[in-house]
Amino acid sequence: MLLIACPWCGERDELEFHYGGQAHVAHPADPEALSDGEWAEYLFVRDNPKGPFAERWSHAAGCRRWFSVVRHTVTHRILAVQSNHPTAADGTKPVTA
Amino acid sequence: MSHRLPEHPDWLWRTPDPRRSYDVVIVGAGGHGLATAYYLARNHGITNVAVLERGWLAGGNMARNTTIIRSNYLCEESAALYEHSLKLWEVLPQELEYDFLFSQRGVLNLAHTLQDVREGTRRVNANRLGGVDAEWLDTDQVREFCPIVNTSPEVRYPVLGATLQPRAGIAKHDHVAWALARKADEYGVDLIQGCEVTGFLRDGDRVVGVRTSRGPIGAGRVALAAAGHSSVLADLAGLRLPVQSHPLQALVSELLEPVHPTVVMSNHVHVYVSQAHKGELVMGAGVDSYNGYGQRGSFHQIEHQMAAALELFPIFGRAHVLRTWGGIVDVTPDASPIIGPTPVENLYLNCGWGTGGFKATPASGWVYAHTIATGEPHPLNAPFALERFTTGALIDEHGAAAVAH
Ligand SMILES: Cc1cc2nc3c(=O)[nH]c(=O)nc-3n(C[C@H](O)[C@H](O)[C@H](O)COP(=O)(O)OP(=O)(O)OC[C@H]3O[C@@H](n4cnc5c(N)ncnc54)[C@H](O)[C@@H]3O)c2cc1C
Ligand SMILES: [Zn+2]
Repeated sequence: MLLIACPWCGERDELEFHYGGQAHVAHPADPEALSDGEWAEYLFVRDNPKGPFAERWSHAAGCRRWFSVVRHTVTHRILAVQSNHPTAADGTKPVTA
Repeated sequence: MSHRLPEHPDWLWRTPDPRRSYDVVIVGAGGHGLATAYYLARNHGITNVAVLERGWLAGGNMARNTTIIRSNYLCEESAALYEHSLKLWEVLPQELEYDFLFSQRGVLNLAHTLQDVREGTRRVNANRLGGVDAEWLDTDQVREFCPIVNTSPEVRYPVLGATLQPRAGIAKHDHVAWALARKADEYGVDLIQGCEVTGFLRDGDRVVGVRTSRGPIGAGRVALAAAGHSSVLADLAGLRLPVQSHPLQALVSELLEPVHPTVVMSNHVHVYVSQAHKGELVMGAGVDSYNGYGQRGSFHQIEHQMAAALELFPIFGRAHVLRTWGGIVDVTPDASPIIGPTPVENLYLNCGWGTGGFKATPASGWVYAHTIATGEPHPLNAPFALERFTTGALIDEHGAAAVAH
């Protein structure tokens, strides 16, 4: 079981969290301008690295906030946790390593 | 004196060094890679073939799956492909001259909610129209067919009925791999273990071979059959796939007297259970939610599936878990596989079988061999092309495949 440090609540069991897949996937600014191939890429294609992976987690059974985690997909070691809280000056705030 | 241990089997295939080039190089000696090699030789007379395996033969998901074989999928395209597979399973023990304990003991898919009942009856009707054997059982008939299922109305999720596919069942996975490997080897296919593919040899846009841990190997065509590692390999060829790799776990109990006559799957309480020939209860459930390549998942998945198993089978209350393990499964957005050519010339793709590709082993090999040999998909795999994610013609099997295997 993963032990994930929620940026607001601290370390909690994986059971309290909901997985959200790859982080930093922006909704296309102008979807109508996309070709079918580009739209398919946005909808269906995500990175799937064997190694460090930036991904979204939500503290579903806690504060219900979303944040990003960099986790190694082989060792499952969590390398970084980042919140995207709007009040943070730069939008991201590294919390633990 | 205790029983004598059986003789160690003779080696079933050669251990050749790689040649400089082959007509076809298959990457991955799991079930799908081996079946593809077998049918390339048997159906198409193509025998100048190597299967390259980074570990040992059939040590990936082929060694880790829970061996459920069935064809009662909802969509026509899937039912046709899996039914072709089931028909091949029915003839393969004879054809491969190897008894891999294929046992058509039936599969029950339990319904616990009104929605389950509607989904199940719809699937039974769809299956019958598609020529797949399927029956709807009410609660009493479920009890008759599998007396150890708790059909009491008092439980949290009472059994309201089930779909039954009588021709479904299980087989012994490692023997299936060895049977296919032996025949492929007899046809002259080189099975090369301890040979990791680390890149592709290109001539302009075309792939003309692979780089490996044992040196470069030329190839007329390169066919990926790397299951959980498909994205990693595709990445080396500059392709991004609509695939995510997840841990999928399973477990077995100690050996018990035969108590379980069939295979029971429940999407709703989320577990499936069969009893293997030796006597161990074999169970599994869904994937871990996160991406992973570590061949292990989180303990709560195991806990959850055992709780579900006890709810359905109170008789298992005193059984012990002997072993748990995980594999890496390649999951697509519509829970259907991808089989066909790729945008890279001479590079072919077979992946995305996710949690349920063991049952497809023969058909996957059959249609993939056809695709590689002719350059065109077989009618059975044409709908499963990579392009469906662009055209939108998805084959949504989440209902039939989500927990299911
Ligand atoms: C716990 C579990 C339970 C399952 N239960 C069922 C079930 O009940 N019924 C069912 O139908 N399906 C089931 N499945 C799914 C099924 O096992 C897979 O869909 C199927 O085995 C995948 O095809 P394969 O046998 O070719 O894969 P694998 O056996 O994984 O073969 C892929 C091979 O490619 C090799 N490889 C990877 N990268 C490279 C490289 N760079 N160079 C060389 N070789 C490479 C790997 O080492 C591996 O041996 C289950 C899977 C798991 C993990
Ligand atoms: Zn929190």
